[in-house]
Amino acid sequence: MAQPMIDVRNVAKQFGANVVLKQISLQLPAGRVMGLIGPSGAGKTTLVKAILGMEKVDSGTTTVLGTEMPNRQIMQKIGYMAQSDALYETLTARENLRFFGELMGVTGTALTSSITHVAQVVNLTAELNRRVSAYSGGMKRRLSLAIALIADPDLLILDEPTVGIDPELRQQIWAELRQLKQHGKAILVTTHVMDEAERCDELMLIREGIALAQGTPDDLKQEYAVDTIEQVFLKAGRLQDENHSDR
Amino acid sequence: MRTIAIVKRVLREMLRDKRTLALMFIAPLFILSLMYFLFQNNSTSVAKIGVSNVNTSLVKALKNKHTDLAAYGDHANAKTTIRQHNLAAFIHEQDGKLTVTYSNSQPSDTALVKQALQGGVTKLKVQALVAATKTQKQVLQQQAKVLKTVMAQQQKLQAAQGTTRGQTATTGTTTKPKTVPNYTVTSHYLYGNSDSTFFDTFLPVLLGFFVFFFVFLISGISLLNERTTGTLTRLLATPVRRGEIITGYLIGYGLFAVIQTIITVTFALTVFNVHMLGSVWLILLINFLLAMVALSMGIFISTFANSEFQMVQFIPLLIVPQVFFSGIITISTMPDWLQWLAHIFPLYYGGDALMNVATRGFSLSAVSGDLWILLFFAVAFTTLNVIGLKRYRRV
Ligand SMILES: Nc1ncnc2c1ncn2[C@@H]1O[C@H](COP(=O)(O)OP(=O)(O)OP(=O)(O)O)[C@@H](O)[C@H]1O
Ligand SMILES: [Mg+2]
Repeated sequence: MAQPMIDVRNVAKQFGANVVLKQISLQLPAGRVMGLIGPSGAGKTTLVKAILGMEKVDSGTTTVLGTEMPNRQIMQKIGYMAQSDALYETLTARENLRFFGELMGVTGTALTSSITHVAQVVNLTAELNRRVSAYSGGMKRRLSLAIALIADPDLLILDEPTVGIDPELRQQIWAELRQLKQHGKAILVTTHVMDEAERCDELMLIREGIALAQGTPDDLKQEYAVDTIEQVFLKAGRLQDENHSDR
Repeated sequence: MRTIAIVKRVLREMLRDKRTLALMFIAPLFILSLMYFLFQNNSTSVAKIGVSNVNTSLVKALKNKHTDLAAYGDHANAKTTIRQHNLAAFIHEQDGKLTVTYSNSQPSDTALVKQALQGGVTKLKVQALVAATKTQKQVLQQQAKVLKTVMAQQQKLQAAQGTTRGQTATTGTTTKPKTVPNYTVTSHYLYGNSDSTFFDTFLPVLLGFFVFFFVFLISGISLLNERTTGTLTRLLATPVRRGEIITGYLIGYGLFAVIQTIITVTFALTVFNVHMLGSVWLILLINFLLAMVALSMGIFISTFANSEFQMVQFIPLLIVPQVFFSGIITISTMPDWLQWLAHIFPLYYGGDALMNVATRGFSLSAVSGDLWILLFFAVAFTTLNVIGLKRYRRV
């Protein structure tokens, strides 16, 4: 098998006394979508940032595209969408796209056509010349996604990409993600939306910094003997709590 | 390439923010105008005057609470004595002619000396006049006495032909009044000319201060915003170098600082007719360096602030003290420890260089020491900033 796009080994991290990640390992090969699910505060964002090399880990290693992180050059091949929108409000959407595109090393006509394409994907073509300060929450989210896509990266890391986005557009975005996957890109996505989780090739359930369960959605449902991922989520949590009270 | 992208973005953001633009370009003009009217005339200090071969009565007359006189040899050179003893003026007398050389590096001191000189000479004239009037009075009294006796004699010696007329005439000529001193004064100026005012001298320092203050505030707050809105973290999730971000900021805000300096200098030169002895280009260069220091310092300080309000709290702590040590208050008369303290403030070097160029016509090489130190400050803070960004991405 080819080397995985993301290879996380035994990563642990704590903020002061608060242990956020406990011995997490994760492999994501090309052409697959992996979903990170788990309750709020479980450590999903922390894991994502550790993969990007933006959060220092206490132990373990994260490797992206065969290179140990942190690494500046590898950033060029990662499309990242943060959980909170980080946009320049006084600039227009087009200017934001152009700016981040240039930082990602896309220039000239390639950038112009890329902007047209990603704007189409997130359905912002008509609003490209408006300032971001005049955007709605969902529009900002879509622009952030467009920025993640601008450099046509091999690996996409999306932290709750569809928060505040209407169902119709969400379908459209997932269709695009599926297409990207078919082009051999790897996608890591965190989500709280269970029907999105169902669409992933692989899921990882994190709770209190522990990888409780990992596998395809069907595997997980079988393992917990339930019908939906939502029930997996709830049952796994319950079991973990029971284990805790046993101790 | 990435640096250019950041520069373009900084410029674009600035141009969109009309309020901040106005603050940067119009506020200095407003404050300058205010100061122009405030500082048209002022005098509070004591001016040191050197005298050589000056009449003791004049020396006495020059003494007042704003002057401090010291005598030097007859052949003391005005220029060197002023420089050596840090005098405000040097007065030499030769055959009733006064040659006054003003240092004029502090026009308020020049004004003090001029007042003292004018006052002193007038005082002497009045004294002489009073003395003259006194003698004349005595003469008149004498004459009246003489007249009386003469009259009495006349009455007594009606028949005898007297020579009273001649007698009175003689009395008149013998009591001729003392000469009124009539000094001719020639003035020389070591720096600037007779029109220099407080405003002229401190304008260059003020310019430097404005550049420093506004660039510090605006760049600091803008990087702070970048931090609090998360765009800084987002930036560092691209392959941009940490140094490229800082350089982009330096260039972007540096450009605004240059424009700000050009506007304020042009305003001062044309509207207020301020004299600048040295090269305007050198003034711009010094201001540019100051802007670079302010910029890198603002960015550095912003890492210790979590909100714009906290950023503003640094102003009384870091900016206001710089004003005191920028040369607006004479540093050489401060206590030693304060003089020592002055050396840690960038504006001390900037103010010194600006003042020397603008009022003393110093050349680039003469102020290069100050410029190197400013450059050092800028490089040091920039390095700290690049290292500081490691908090967000370790490479
Ligand atoms: N910079 C930080 N300093 C201290 N604690 C932090 C920091 N960032 C995150 N944490 C803590 O780490 C834990 C995990 O946070 P994280 O953001 O990874 O959760 P999450 O799974 O992404 O949650 P959500 O679904 O709400 O986004 C939380 O308890 C949070 O308080
Ligand atoms: Mg999160």
